[in-house]
Amino acid sequence: MSTLSDPPRESFKPSMLLNDTRYRGYTFQFIAIVLVAALFAYLGLNLQRNLAAAGLTISFDFLGEPANYDINQTLIEYNNQMDHWRASLVGVLNTLLVSFLACITATIIGVVAGVLRLSNNWLVRKLMSAYVEAFRNVPVLIWIIIIFTIMTAVLPAPRAFRGEDATASMIFGSVAFTNRGVYIPKPIFGPGGWTVMLVFLAGVIGAFAYRRYATKLLYATGKLLPMGWPALLIAFVPAILAYYLLGQPISLEYPELGGFNFTGGINILGSLIALWFALAIYTGAFIAENVRAGILSVSKGQTEAAASLGLRPRRIMNLVVLPQALRVIVPPLISHYLNITKNSSLAIAVGYMDLTGTLGGITLNQTGRAIECILLLMAFYLAISLSISAIMNVYNNAVSLKER
Amino acid sequence: MADMHAHSVRFVRETMLPQAEPPTTERGIVKWMRENLFSTIPNGILTLAALWCIWWLISSVLPWFANGIWDAPSIRACREILEGQVGGCFAVLTERWNQLLFGFQYPSELYWRPSLAFLLLFIAIAPVLFRKRFPAQMLVFTAIYPFLAYWLTWGGSILVPVFAALGFVAGYMVYSRLVAQSFAMGFFGGILAALVFWWVIGIVPTEGIIALEPVASRNLGGFMLNLILGTVCVSLSIPFGIALALGRQSDMPAIKWICIIFIEFVRGVPLITLLFVANVVLAYFLPPGTNFDLILRVIIMITMFASAYIAEVIRGGLAALPKGQYEAGDSLGLDYAQSMRLIILPQALKISIPGIVNVAVGLFKDTTLVSIISMFDLVGMIRGPILASTEWNGVYWELLGFAALLFFVVCFGISKYSQWLEQELSTDRR
Repeated sequence: MSTLSDPPRESFKPSMLLNDTRYRGYTFQFIAIVLVAALFAYLGLNLQRNLAAAGLTISFDFLGEPANYDINQTLIEYNNQMDHWRASLVGVLNTLLVSFLACITATIIGVVAGVLRLSNNWLVRKLMSAYVEAFRNVPVLIWIIIIFTIMTAVLPAPRAFRGEDATASMIFGSVAFTNRGVYIPKPIFGPGGWTVMLVFLAGVIGAFAYRRYATKLLYATGKLLPMGWPALLIAFVPAILAYYLLGQPISLEYPELGGFNFTGGINILGSLIALWFALAIYTGAFIAENVRAGILSVSKGQTEAAASLGLRPRRIMNLVVLPQALRVIVPPLISHYLNITKNSSLAIAVGYMDLTGTLGGITLNQTGRAIECILLLMAFYLAISLSISAIMNVYNNAVSLKER
Repeated sequence: MADMHAHSVRFVRETMLPQAEPPTTERGIVKWMRENLFSTIPNGILTLAALWCIWWLISSVLPWFANGIWDAPSIRACREILEGQVGGCFAVLTERWNQLLFGFQYPSELYWRPSLAFLLLFIAIAPVLFRKRFPAQMLVFTAIYPFLAYWLTWGGSILVPVFAALGFVAGYMVYSRLVAQSFAMGFFGGILAALVFWWVIGIVPTEGIIALEPVASRNLGGFMLNLILGTVCVSLSIPFGIALALGRQSDMPAIKWICIIFIEFVRGVPLITLLFVANVVLAYFLPPGTNFDLILRVIIMITMFASAYIAEVIRGGLAALPKGQYEAGDSLGLDYAQSMRLIILPQALKISIPGIVNVAVGLFKDTTLVSIISMFDLVGMIRGPILASTEWNGVYWELLGFAALLFFVVCFGISKYSQWLEQELSTDRR
């Protein structure tokens, strides 16, 4: 019997740092860290020298100074005497608003177009692939500018709505498309208005609770309660009852032509609409492809198996195809939401005051604090991206196939 | 009698009847339409809606296009010729095509140079894109091309690109000498040799030797700028992306974390903030007095941006390979560099091609963002000098449509190529 013995231990030689796999990793890591540290030291040193030469220091004190500029769309109270911090907050909210609106619209457009691309209607199929190709292959900036041009150069001026022979008219007497933005009615909450909203909210929660109960009952006993119309009833009837019982506390304020412009109602800026719709149809084209890929990824055998179990087409879609397709659709969908949020920074091209327009635009130019502003700007987008990817990882872990 | 029998004998057909035509509703175009357009009522409604959409599009675009004016000095002249009719003023394209393509400062007598560079681009990338159709010797021209294109576009002495190329040659020679010892030695030795070569050769005065008239970077513009940024950044970001992807997969924690932080940081911020960095912040981080070309700064930033995305795509390709491939490389006794080069990367890159092309197309579209930091690319030209001029103030659709068309042609072409390549490379036997 021969015994295996360890190879003779060589004494350590410097050349082993490069040639011996046991030590080589440490050498490379050491070199990498030194290089990165040297790079940062070099950049930092230059920064220090440049700042010293320009007589500047890094400080975020400027955020407390009055902003001295107006913002054309504010979701929270703001005037130009408030500080830069408040202006940035307004910008953040505007970014979130346009991203949120665009995400929802893009999802709707994308799902519809993706499903229609699989339709057995030849014409619709071709039309949808034309849509997808046309929008995917042209820069989103060009779409934003095109829609912004429609909003500002094609739509009639408010004065076109005036007089007997007005060339433009309001849709249903309540919505006006003008080159200064779109005017829509504004809900006015009288006393008790919020109660109605609360009742409606409770109704919606109740509807979801009912559906949950019905599903539970179905799984426990096999008894199938109708799901659709009772849920709708639970959601809407109490709210409508409350609305009339409380004496119609919510009314609408219609936009009216007064002076040179419309007054009253809500003014949706043309820049907001341009950004919103451009992002929505552009990203919608990408989402359409995802949805199509997701549905195609569910093999035909699944549908046939479900059919042979006696499920109806609708249930096959809801119970068999969609849950499997969603696993393919959702991760890229989330990353498209992230893209929308990041692309919303193109707002600066059409003058929509999102964070890039306030903090990265006017605040930066007024205070000259380029490094601090851009640092904050990046930190904001990074925070959003990282938090959304964290959520996505949780989702991925939840739906991923558990194998062995 | 005969009459009676004639009645009693049964009729027997001796030949087959020719096959009857299907009913008109089940044949030809009608059948196709019934199956594909009007199979159910909702389907019929969809078809009608689609037809209405198409009709609306055609009826609004066609007269505008057909009545288009191609020869007029200004938009007012266009309107006079049109006399209130609907029609496009395409004269802006014939009048300003040079600005749209080359920017408004590129000397017009030198247009042949970037045009020639653009045409040569096709010869240079043909052997890369269609490997089987073109002889491998053409790759030599591909290697020369970047330096040639630089010389043609920017001008100046030919010695600058020649020295740059010679630096690469020197690096390669040292690499091939040392690579037998170990890949790392060869790699770093090569880089070092190239750097030393450039540093030494930098002493030689280059001015005026076989020189083309120099053109400053700020004079580049128009679609040419988009193309330059797109091709340069995509081709630079692929090697960086591969390195980052390998780094992220590495066993060495320090390198892995450096790569992860870089990738996640770059992917988390919008490109526009990186362009802001290039425009206003980067100068603070460079030694005082360095005057860095804006175009170079932008190229650095876009390359960083693209390489992070490409790294993620390639990481997907690396992760998709079965573990057996890595183990096969190890069991053959290949070291890390060899197994990556010979076994892993060829397969991983093949899987990643659609993703890489997607990133490339997205990047090319994103080059329009430089218009926001006031560079005059195609979109910047349209929004700036042309729409702001008194002659063409208000010619939106013709210009934007032209820009959209140019981008569409390039991007659509690239994505069609990637589909073709996927089929060409697919090795699964079916």
